[in-house]
Amino acid sequence: MISTFFRRDRLLLWGGMLLVGILLPRFSSSGLMISLLCQIGIMMIFALSYNVLLGQTGLLSFGHAIYYGAGAFATMHLLNAIGKEGSVVHVALLPLGGGVAALLLGILLGWVTTKKAGTTFAMISLGIGEMVAASSLMFPVVFGGEAGVSGNRVIDKIGLFGVTFGPQVQVYYLIVAWVFVAAMGMFALTQTPLGRMANAVRDNPERAEFVGYNTQWVRYIMLVLSGFFAGIAGGLTALTYEIVTAETLNAYTSGAVLLMTFVGGIGFFYGPMIGAILIVIMQILVGGITHAWQLYFGLLFLFMVLRAPGGFASLIAIQRRLYAAGLFGRVAPWYLVSGIPGALMLVGLIGLIEMTYAALSDEEGEGAIATIKLLGEDYALNTFGPWLAAAAVTLAGYALLQLANRRLFREWNGALATLQGDND
Amino acid sequence: MTAAIQLQGVTKNFGRTEIIKGVNLTIDRGERHAIIGPNGAGKSTLFHLISSRFPVTAGQIFLKGEEVTGLRPFEINRKGLSRSFQVTNIFHNLSVFENLRCAVLWSLGYKYSFWHRLAGLKDAHHRAEQVMEDIGLSRRHETPAGILSYAEQRALEIGITIASGADVILLDEPTAGMSKSETEDAVALIRRVTEGKTLVMVEHDMGVVFGLADRISVLVYGEIIATGTPEEIRASVAVKEAYLGTSVDHD
Repeated sequence: MISTFFRRDRLLLWGGMLLVGILLPRFSSSGLMISLLCQIGIMMIFALSYNVLLGQTGLLSFGHAIYYGAGAFATMHLLNAIGKEGSVVHVALLPLGGGVAALLLGILLGWVTTKKAGTTFAMISLGIGEMVAASSLMFPVVFGGEAGVSGNRVIDKIGLFGVTFGPQVQVYYLIVAWVFVAAMGMFALTQTPLGRMANAVRDNPERAEFVGYNTQWVRYIMLVLSGFFAGIAGGLTALTYEIVTAETLNAYTSGAVLLMTFVGGIGFFYGPMIGAILIVIMQILVGGITHAWQLYFGLLFLFMVLRAPGGFASLIAIQRRLYAAGLFGRVAPWYLVSGIPGALMLVGLIGLIEMTYAALSDEEGEGAIATIKLLGEDYALNTFGPWLAAAAVTLAGYALLQLANRRLFREWNGALATLQGDND
Repeated sequence: MTAAIQLQGVTKNFGRTEIIKGVNLTIDRGERHAIIGPNGAGKSTLFHLISSRFPVTAGQIFLKGEEVTGLRPFEINRKGLSRSFQVTNIFHNLSVFENLRCAVLWSLGYKYSFWHRLAGLKDAHHRAEQVMEDIGLSRRHETPAGILSYAEQRALEIGITIASGADVILLDEPTAGMSKSETEDAVALIRRVTEGKTLVMVEHDMGVVFGLADRISVLVYGEIIATGTPEEIRASVAVKEAYLGTSVDHD
């Protein structure tokens, strides 16, 4: 009974996701919105592929971007080749070529990187990642040097049913389709003998060897498959931006996907998708408002590592369990009570960060008095006023939050105790 | 008929210390064989050598007549030797059922398959359910192995070891740290699940050893000083002097 319930649950979830993906551009079809959604979709696939390593096989990679980049460059070269020669292969299928290229790279490099797990794997992945990134600048024919490789995705000017991939929104729908296919593929992988043995190797490689499995093979195949999906994400980047630079395969990109996956939650299949949504929104929306967005990004990561190492997915999962046990109503009001001083503290903190940023940057020119704009008014930062105000708001928020949290944690622990009591 | 396990001059050095000093041992098929000896005698090390967790320094190991010296653990496992560990060695984040299913996948030929759906593998499902019932953990089906009680984890440890259907089973102190009643349950379990198989075990509890074993080997400082039936071992003067002297009064 339980399993059929979950299956219907799962079907609804997948269907709902697809529907939301299809309908989103109806609500807002501004250029910014569409490119935001495109980037989220691409990063969802990339982060999911990263979690095939980190969450499912227990491999912490610092160089996963090489597979993403390989997919991007391969797709771009394929696009240019069929643009020149003409081809029966539809542009919509090109990311598959990117996936295959990344898969081949995985077959080549993975055998070395997956020899050992743990720290050794992390170090080797870093080394190989750097090696590939460095060589990308040495072979300009393949990687286009500093300028990268660009192309034109509109090959068929008439298009099947008018789909030329000229308008960005058409690429968006292509991404939605690929997210759906890739996510289904990766989810299916978790439900196979190899997928389960990857969990076993993650938990206890020694025991896995003593039930007949060569743990290196398990890591190797998982890495190759993960690379394949990363390559598909890379291919979609190539189609979306029509330019691929060396940045797609460097350490910065590898770091970004790691943070995304972790913040979303590595213990749940859908965690990385949440991470992709949050981080891309931060990058594009917050990045559009303030130059200090990377600092906020860092603070968020720090907060998650210290306070919610299971990521946002684990927070959601706990709420769902509380809800299912009828305990959600007990804690929910206290979220609000804690949320208000929490928001207050956040406002103060943002004020302090923005003022510091404004005071230290010399965008206004040498000698000019730094100011900060709040609600249409400019405040000069060479007086104590704004600093004191922001600090006071932060501290007040912090103090009230501590007070409110006491009650929240009491309710929270009570609810969790009841929950665990039910399970026994 | 060839022996289940045969050791010839097996030696193991850690640095310059000789831990196992040229052990010769033959264990027949279908036999229940216990290895006893004082702490530090090298019993667990001998197990690690037989199961290839450690490489031997010198000597040869045969499994069912076939030389297996220097093979990797998974290769020996695929030839039908399965072992448990003294310190519980299970998949902590996986459920009891998943632990057992992982233990049967290779032997059922699913290997590294990513083209089978786990849920559709009826044979793996039934085998895992069967073992779960054998070890008495059916009601812990969905429980993550990491939060089981100690005795339950020990039972699961044995379950994982026997699940693949290996016909040579090595158990390293299966009743260590158990209460008297838990030990009785464990002995009954071991007797049941190793029916018709070759069993080699390291054990400290003399009650368990003398109750379960067909033959016993006594390992003292890396050397086997005696091998024989429980009666022979009990009567052996050498064994009494070297080891049993103070603890022979168990019954």
